[in-house]
Amino acid sequence: MYDKFIPTAADYVRFAPEILLTVFGTLIMLIEAGRKEDQRRPYGILSLIALAGAIYLAFPAYNNAGPAFQGMLIVDGFGTFFRVLCYVAAALAVLCSGQYLSREKADSGEYYSLILFSVVGQGVMVTANELLMVFIGLEISSIATYVLAGFLRDDQRNNESALKYFLLGSFATAFLLYGIAWIYGLTGSTDLSLIRAALGSANPPNVILTGTAAALMFVGLAFKVSAFPFQIWTPDVYQGAPAPVSAFMSAGPKAAAFAILVRIFMTAFEPIAARWEPILWVTALATMVVGNFAALAQVNIKRLLAYSSIAHAGYILVAITAQSQIGISAVMFYLAAYTFMNVGAFAAVTHLAGKDEKYVNIEDLAGLGQRQPVTAALLSVFLLSLIGVPLTGGFFGKFYIFKAALDSNLVWLTVLGLLNSAVAAYYYLRVLVVMYMQDASAEVPAPKPVSGGILVALVGSAVATVILGVFPSVILNFAGKSGTLNP
Amino acid sequence: MPPLPVSQIPLNWYLILSATLFLIGVAGFIYRRNIITIFMCIELMLNAVNLSFVALSYQWKQVDGHIFSFFVMVVAAAEAAVGLAIILTVFKNRQTLEVDEISSLRN
Repeated sequence: MYDKFIPTAADYVRFAPEILLTVFGTLIMLIEAGRKEDQRRPYGILSLIALAGAIYLAFPAYNNAGPAFQGMLIVDGFGTFFRVLCYVAAALAVLCSGQYLSREKADSGEYYSLILFSVVGQGVMVTANELLMVFIGLEISSIATYVLAGFLRDDQRNNESALKYFLLGSFATAFLLYGIAWIYGLTGSTDLSLIRAALGSANPPNVILTGTAAALMFVGLAFKVSAFPFQIWTPDVYQGAPAPVSAFMSAGPKAAAFAILVRIFMTAFEPIAARWEPILWVTALATMVVGNFAALAQVNIKRLLAYSSIAHAGYILVAITAQSQIGISAVMFYLAAYTFMNVGAFAAVTHLAGKDEKYVNIEDLAGLGQRQPVTAALLSVFLLSLIGVPLTGGFFGKFYIFKAALDSNLVWLTVLGLLNSAVAAYYYLRVLVVMYMQDASAEVPAPKPVSGGILVALVGSAVATVILGVFPSVILNFAGKSGTLNP
Repeated sequence: MPPLPVSQIPLNWYLILSATLFLIGVAGFIYRRNIITIFMCIELMLNAVNLSFVALSYQWKQVDGHIFSFFVMVVAAAEAAVGLAIILTVFKNRQTLEVDEISSLRN
């Protein structure tokens, strides 16, 4: 009778990318253990090989789509999309990290292991079909990221960032867990399709209790995607963490959290959609407003990008509120575009911040247009995409989101969202004005020309941003096909 | 398998206790100012969740909830290891554990 607990070959094929990443993460740790103080090891290259291999293995997994390990995980188009997205985000972060770590004299293997482990957690999250796997994936990803946020142990800003991220992150996890406990009590299962069946059955459990359970889980997930009113940690954590880590945190873990938010609410909680839709409506609007208006007053560019990432979470929530297949495809497309433009912007900040991240204020960028035309031009591409200017990925992202919202008759939310993006244009353009129209101050030394990994990350993200803006169908076709979540 | 003994204590009592512990944890997280105490409040919340899981699992006559609570314990242990390390570095750099004094990150 225990035969069915033995994993089959198909299970391993579907889970292969995570296995590969775990092996490489462990390998890097072992190499680090035998490293002498002054030796250097090609950790960055190893991590990139691991991530490239994982992306490669995600395709055979997708061709063998289906549940793995007794339905604990499910590999489908939706999961595969987010899996690959998280791997790409991590690869871009790794590309920026090499130079940053040598500049801060903190070159070591743990950093890369932690990035790989965090990505493993995100891979588990986005393919999870069980609340247990959601929880474990979320924690693997979060615990690794808590450490990364405070990676430079002697830097006070890093300490503070890690502490805040850790305390608020664990607090949020407790809410998610409590919600899961309630759902388990009400439906007798933690499997998403069984929960859906129980909630949609002829005699469903008490709707007030179910709603409370869903609300508790929403609180936990809202923290992770930094939605209002649980966004307070975001600016502090992104500002304090090392710049390449902020790049990573704002893309990978966030995309994975959105993926499980969509999967849980569009499959398990779909039968009670009428109850949570108004809450999502209000949250989406409040998140956009808070993010955009708080960003107006920022002087630190990392903090500005943090508030902008809150605002973008608001736009994505608009698409989730639409509760349609087009809405889900819009979420997928937007997160892809957002990953490239946001990681790109943080990559530029990584380069310009200088040793000890001294130059992270917007005014430190003055005269960048003359001093470093290449970096300035690439950063402009990302900022224009974040505004949503046509010919960039950000434009089509917003377009599909608001189209999905209109199709679902969310007229007011669309109007208010568009007004919000107009407000957002102000603070992104302010950065452009400082870069191109103000003279460089003598106090800020001219940054070195951009090179190596950061250049690759910048150019790669910029090319991807423009491709998504010119040929959105590259991703949109796949997203449209995978927007159906099989319950 | 021998039949499970019938519990003398109704399920509701466990759930009310669990909810009370969880709320004490939330209140402590919000009102306490010492980082270690805040961290203990988080652990209290996780244990309240475990109590719910075990009681509900007993009610459903399944092992799923028990297994879930084991995973919660494992993860809580990992979280404690990382969390205490982070708290230690904070204390080393600032010689304080008052959460209000750790506020250098602002605009």
